[in-house]
Amino acid sequence: MTDRTVSPLLEFRNARISFMLRVGEANVIPGLSFSINPGEAMGLVGESGCGKSTVALAIMRYLGRAGRVTSGQIMFEGRDIASMSEDELRRIRGKRLAMVYQDPMSSLNPVKTIGSQLMEVPIIHDDADEAKARAMALRMLDEVKLPDAASVMNRYPHQLSGGQQQRVVIAMALITQPSLLVMDEPTTGLDVTVEAAVLDLVRELRQRHNSAILFISHNLGTVVRVCDRIGVMYAGEMVEQGTIREVFANPGHPYTRGLLDCLPTLGRDKHGSPLSTIPGQVGSPLSRPPGCSFAKRCAFAEEGRCTTVPIAIETLGGGHLAQCVRTRELPPYQRREGLSGVGNDDESVPAMLEITALRKTYRQTHGLFGDTGKTVKALNDVDMFAKPGKTLAIVGESGCGKSTLAKVLSGLVTSTDGAVRLEREEIGTVGVDKRPQSLKRKLQMVFQNPDSTLNPSHSVGYVIGRALRRLKGMSRREAENETARLLDVVKLNGDFAHRKPHQLSGGQKQRIAIARALAGDPEVMIADEPVSALDVSVQAAIINLLNELQTERKTTFLFISHDLAVVRYMADHVAVMYLGKVVEFGRAAEVFEPPFHPYTEALLSAAPVPDPTRQGERIILDGALPSATDLPPGCPFSSRCPRKVGAICDTTPPPEQQLGHGHRIACHIPAVELVALQRGGAPAKVAAKA
Amino acid sequence: MTLQTTIDRLPPTRSAPPGALASALKQVARLGESWPAMIGGGLVLFWVAMAVLAPVLAPHPPNANNMAALAYPFPSAKHWLGTDHLGRDILSRLMWGARTVLLVAPVAVLGAAVIGSFLGLMAGYYRGWVDGVISRVGDIILSFPVIILYMIILAKFGSSALNIIVVIAVTKAPIIARIVRGITLELRERDYVMAAKMRGESSLYIMFFEILPNARGPLIVDFCLRLGYTTIIIGVLGFLGIGLPPPDPDWGGMVKDTYGMMLVWPHMSLIPCAAVSSLVIGFNLLAIGLREISLRD
Repeated sequence: MTDRTVSPLLEFRNARISFMLRVGEANVIPGLSFSINPGEAMGLVGESGCGKSTVALAIMRYLGRAGRVTSGQIMFEGRDIASMSEDELRRIRGKRLAMVYQDPMSSLNPVKTIGSQLMEVPIIHDDADEAKARAMALRMLDEVKLPDAASVMNRYPHQLSGGQQQRVVIAMALITQPSLLVMDEPTTGLDVTVEAAVLDLVRELRQRHNSAILFISHNLGTVVRVCDRIGVMYAGEMVEQGTIREVFANPGHPYTRGLLDCLPTLGRDKHGSPLSTIPGQVGSPLSRPPGCSFAKRCAFAEEGRCTTVPIAIETLGGGHLAQCVRTRELPPYQRREGLSGVGNDDESVPAMLEITALRKTYRQTHGLFGDTGKTVKALNDVDMFAKPGKTLAIVGESGCGKSTLAKVLSGLVTSTDGAVRLEREEIGTVGVDKRPQSLKRKLQMVFQNPDSTLNPSHSVGYVIGRALRRLKGMSRREAENETARLLDVVKLNGDFAHRKPHQLSGGQKQRIAIARALAGDPEVMIADEPVSALDVSVQAAIINLLNELQTERKTTFLFISHDLAVVRYMADHVAVMYLGKVVEFGRAAEVFEPPFHPYTEALLSAAPVPDPTRQGERIILDGALPSATDLPPGCPFSSRCPRKVGAICDTTPPPEQQLGHGHRIACHIPAVELVALQRGGAPAKVAAKA
Repeated sequence: MTLQTTIDRLPPTRSAPPGALASALKQVARLGESWPAMIGGGLVLFWVAMAVLAPVLAPHPPNANNMAALAYPFPSAKHWLGTDHLGRDILSRLMWGARTVLLVAPVAVLGAAVIGSFLGLMAGYYRGWVDGVISRVGDIILSFPVIILYMIILAKFGSSALNIIVVIAVTKAPIIARIVRGITLELRERDYVMAAKMRGESSLYIMFFEILPNARGPLIVDFCLRLGYTTIIIGVLGFLGIGLPPPDPDWGGMVKDTYGMMLVWPHMSLIPCAAVSSLVIGFNLLAIGLREISLRD
């Protein structure tokens, strides 16, 4: 990969980047060296706060007023970006250097049409005339596989879905044939199936346009999908770099090993072993230790060698570098394999939570005056159950109704029809205001967003203490003692009681939220994507914590997630939802083995796998989710299904095939046939039938 | 990593010992981080000191006529800022007049903030018809030409400090209600509000303990701005002759009494004008500074 004869396209030469803050100089990047050759794709991974985005911003020289490159150089096409004039910068930005950000909605101007935004780029950079620019824009939209490019040109950003918007942003970045494309978490906000499609597109375009890519992601699986080489960043240093194959097969830095190990790869489950975690968190850039920044979190750290002098970069051959003194002494790397155990599952135990024929419809309103008369069927005949002390996981893409289901259970909205029974007591029609305190105590919730789950004005002690006083009727003093105990349960020091949320990291906030939910000793805990906003290392710790709590307290979990690997790891039962319907339900072990519902199959195949040796052909779902206002009369998935059998799918609702142990699939294809099809491998890509 | 995450990673500031006073002092100390806040706070403090110390510092009784000074009413060694057309010492009158402004303005704005916050919380939290009624009534009050409204009300009920306070509080409350309503609409959807509902908190608790504390930043900034505007209004009311009844010194009244003599004795009206301006600028700079500081967090 690293051809010595080619001069690199981008080269960081011991670049040191700092932000000048009131409190002093925050040296975010202490001295970074790496290079990208023309046409090469390099991935950059690491936890948040490791300096990945700073690298991207430094390349574009968007560091803001406080940030500057204090020494070293950032060479792009042989010239130092840090010393270029504004005029020169303007000429290369957007032309030679392009960037794709995480949130496509904020990269596109909401008041201009897609066409005018795309055409602007060649008009400004290439002096193209309008006709030529239009032709270029149309061709690019075709290349990013947006159907009906001509009509997309006239649309506004809000008229496109998130995946389509990101395609437009990619088209805009590539329209001038840049030599380097910087992508900062380009698929993070997208659903797995959309993410898979965008990643494949990036791979394909890269080969066609011969652009080099710097691909920043916190998800190792997406990096594997797109890149040739990978750089692992920790505390602003590139602790390891090399080819994807080399680094994944033989990680030379303990941090890389930690990142790989804490992933719940498909095939592992909680009955096997707990996930490994990386204790602690990234240190402050205001004060750096003299030795290795990772030493205090590292299982292999040796007092003295690792902690006193700066660590040199070791060469492991083939361009594989690791910044670790012990890299040659590390034991050979063994990837943690599918350790799955068997959960004891007594089918005769009555369900803790039983949902039957649940419906929730919203009336659609429009503007000031009104009711459009249309209804949105957010939940449409949903059946599922959760056994006491077990985890029921609900998976599906955004818009499938999983969050609505959580809201009905928690009483924040009430059901339209059907039954939700908690220990035989109907709760679906009882709004949260009308629930007796005993029911509130029984059922608590952990929310998705760590930044909005805690009130910024309240201290941790107040938050937990208040919940104890309300739910358990404790006095102030009793609550104080109990708060300390709960903090201990979620593995936080008692001092945390005095902290305010802005002094906590994302993982700590989520722990506090769990402690708050535990205050009333709930029997059922709803967790709505509790780990999706967290770094992988923190995610692993929270997952372990939840599982431990379940074993100790026999709490029933309703775990909502879009991440199949996490679901596989956590769940005893799984419900796969699509457009307000459960398309597949059953015990986890059975749902994750053929026969799959074609939608489950697509989800599984789209999930990014952080292993370069296991990158199979994937099923790409085309088209967008149909609108929930006018659902097709037949199978909800028929418009995107790669295994659609014919008109029957559009017209007749699929039968629920019972496959034993409560496993059921709603599909027209008989289960035996599904098994045969799915054991044979993924079907060839099927074009959109939109 | 972005600048924000950099800041997030900074070691947490040593948590203050529990105690409202200590944390309040820390907040006040932060004013030193912003130049506008320093200058604005200085101006305001200057006038507060003048008002508080008026009985001690004022060189003359505010209503004492020194007819001899009328021969030369301009600033002199005896009367630093000169005297007015009745021979009263302008400096002393400004100091005593500051007491009115600095008493009436904060109390009036505080009243507006209390009424406005309550109505804004109700409108934003309950939405629906509650919001409709509160917002429309607020719109009607705001669409009324306020000066005329003041004249009608004060002419009917008479001019007193209390009446001025009530009138200003009622007419300014809708503006604050709007701000609080906007914040409430956003915050009521936060997960911590959901969590409060799920542990069975009352609506009043959620409004006052979960939502209102998070609106305090914008509210404090607005409070300072509104103090400035109210200072102007009090000046205008005095100028129109419906301020505090004479002979007690009132900045607006001082301008009213002497503006006809502007060409001959300009200092008599310009100096009180400057006093009003400096206080208003002080409040505004303080507001700008507070906003700057709050955005830094």
